[in-house]
Amino acid sequence: MTDAAEVSTAHLLATESPIKRFFRATEIDTRLLGMVGAMLVIWVGFQIFGKLITGEGVFLTPRNLWNLLVQTSAIAVMSTGMVLIIVMRHIDLSVGSMLSFVGVLTGVAQVYWLAPWLGSDNPMIWVVGVAVALGAGAILGAFNGFLVAYAGIPSFIVTLGGLIVYNGAAWWVIRGETVAPMDSYFELIGGTPRASWIGSEASWALGGLVCLAIVVGIVLNRSARARFKFPQRPLWAEAFLILAGCAVTLGTVAVVNAYAWPPLIAERYAKEHNIPVPPGGLIYGHGFAIPVLIALGVGVAMTFLATRTRFGRYVYAIGGNPEAAELAGVNTRKITLLMFMTMGILVGISACITAARLDAASNSLGQFDELYVIAATVIGGTSLAGGVGTIYGALLGALVMQSLQSGMTLLNFDSAVKDVIVGSVLVFAVWIDQIYRRRQS
Amino acid sequence: MNAETKAPLVELKDVSIAFGGIKAVDHASIDLYPGEVVGLLGHNGAGKSTLIKVLSGAYKRDGGDIRINGEEAVINNPRDAKRYGIETIYQTLALADNVDAAANLFLGRELRTRWGTLDDVAMEAQARRVMGRLNPNFRRFKDPVKSLSGGQRQSVAIARAIHFNARILIMDEPTAALGPQETKQVGELIKQLKAEGIGIFLISHDIHDVFDLADRVAVMKNGQVVGSGPVTAMTKDEVLGMIILGKCPPGATPGPGAMAA
Repeated sequence: MTDAAEVSTAHLLATESPIKRFFRATEIDTRLLGMVGAMLVIWVGFQIFGKLITGEGVFLTPRNLWNLLVQTSAIAVMSTGMVLIIVMRHIDLSVGSMLSFVGVLTGVAQVYWLAPWLGSDNPMIWVVGVAVALGAGAILGAFNGFLVAYAGIPSFIVTLGGLIVYNGAAWWVIRGETVAPMDSYFELIGGTPRASWIGSEASWALGGLVCLAIVVGIVLNRSARARFKFPQRPLWAEAFLILAGCAVTLGTVAVVNAYAWPPLIAERYAKEHNIPVPPGGLIYGHGFAIPVLIALGVGVAMTFLATRTRFGRYVYAIGGNPEAAELAGVNTRKITLLMFMTMGILVGISACITAARLDAASNSLGQFDELYVIAATVIGGTSLAGGVGTIYGALLGALVMQSLQSGMTLLNFDSAVKDVIVGSVLVFAVWIDQIYRRRQS
Repeated sequence: MNAETKAPLVELKDVSIAFGGIKAVDHASIDLYPGEVVGLLGHNGAGKSTLIKVLSGAYKRDGGDIRINGEEAVINNPRDAKRYGIETIYQTLALADNVDAAANLFLGRELRTRWGTLDDVAMEAQARRVMGRLNPNFRRFKDPVKSLSGGQRQSVAIARAIHFNARILIMDEPTAALGPQETKQVGELIKQLKAEGIGIFLISHDIHDVFDLADRVAVMKNGQVVGSGPVTAMTKDEVLGMIILGKCPPGATPGPGAMAA
């Protein structure tokens, strides 16, 4: 607390109220905090509501939260790309039907081409299957991007056309059939069957690594700023950030680990592996599901892309002022094409998750996903006017959307009513955000 | 001024550009020598900004040549222009409003760490240094440029142009957003850059500014050059006559836009 930088910022902070000082010192986004708060209200609300209606609150159980995370993954992956598309003042309406087309392609590749050729359960099948999905996504996305950037067609029109075209293409490939089952390794990407989670030990280890990364990140940032004698965050603020980050991480690990295997499966597993069953029964935690890990990994990678690379910097600069970016020498067309291509790759990842989770591919895959993805992004604080938006916001937005859907499903809401509510919440959330932003400025 | 003995730094020859039938710039020729300030004057819509945007690569010319140090230059986009050491301060400032001063300063030329990632700390350090020279009161390095005052935004735009060893500087209304004190500072800066041998095109509405800072003036009207000549050979009234009437005084070399006598 005798740090020189500490003293220099202290006088600046002294005139503010303690709450304001806390937020300034920790540089926590108050908007983010508001969203986390809203999500907790939704969670607790469903819990209480469930208790009143059904006599049993099932929302805040490890099992439901675990499922919630798995259900969110596909939308979450795509929303990280949609943020940057919208930041660049574009839109991609084609992601839902592109997902269905790409899902169908990888399904057909696995079931009709690879399995007969390599024999089913060959470990190469899932590798090629995933490569087909990512490659097809990249090509379709790049094509969208080419039409937007080089042919100069508005992205709304290009991707609206894409929505219809890819939808038709998916039908055209399989004529409305459902392709199933997927390869047994490929299924693991989806998060439902057998062992598509990593277990409690690995989850704790992963949680520990993330905590370590948080500490190292903050220390490195501090030392870099010290090297140039820049103002620093106060030490207590750094400590708070470390503690909060680690608490959230380890809390999440605890929740996914608390969801134990069904007793019969645990018993069968024990019998197969000659493990003696103690009197209380065996308890195996699920730990993180693979699709959730994929979504988290994508979130980290996209945050890195957005904030630490030239590409990300250009995406934001183009969103802030396309003309200025061009005049500053940024190749805006190339960046636009690459961004749409990135979006396509993310659609490919989501297509794998969705097809693997259903263990089938059909042309109804991903229906309306474009709307959920855009909604998640907008709830997550991305401005449709461009230039503003964060990856973590979109991930949270996706979780909020899915929480609403899943909570209402648990309470047996009619699906028509669900749609009415989800749509209304989207508009309401944006309205609240507008009020917040107007107050800020 | 014995500028004529040196090779011209920039020579624009018979440059033309039209937008849908309207000749925004019509066979305009101007030149610029090292360490010289050329004031470009004219009404709104006279074609000054358009001509200069051809040089900075923002517009593609329909005809004419650009020579840099006597050699044919290929300028098809802003990146090409920067490669020739041409830096521009646009009238609109051309800043990305949603990112901070350092990000704008280095936009398109980011410093990177040895892993190829953005070196934000180093960029902030250099930004602090260059901004300290231009505007010592500037403190808001973390805020998006949108929230800065007009003068602060202007200094970010100027910093961006001078930070990368420009040889040719184009200033389009550089003092439009500034108060008297800051305008004076920009004047000092222009003199200093001139002393370093940089050639400067100064576009301004303010004829007094131009007379204070420029060595030569060129006047445009309806996309054509009315005439050009050293400021010492002309009065302000004569220059106004060129701007308003297109009448070329005896002290200036008439261009294609000069009114037939």
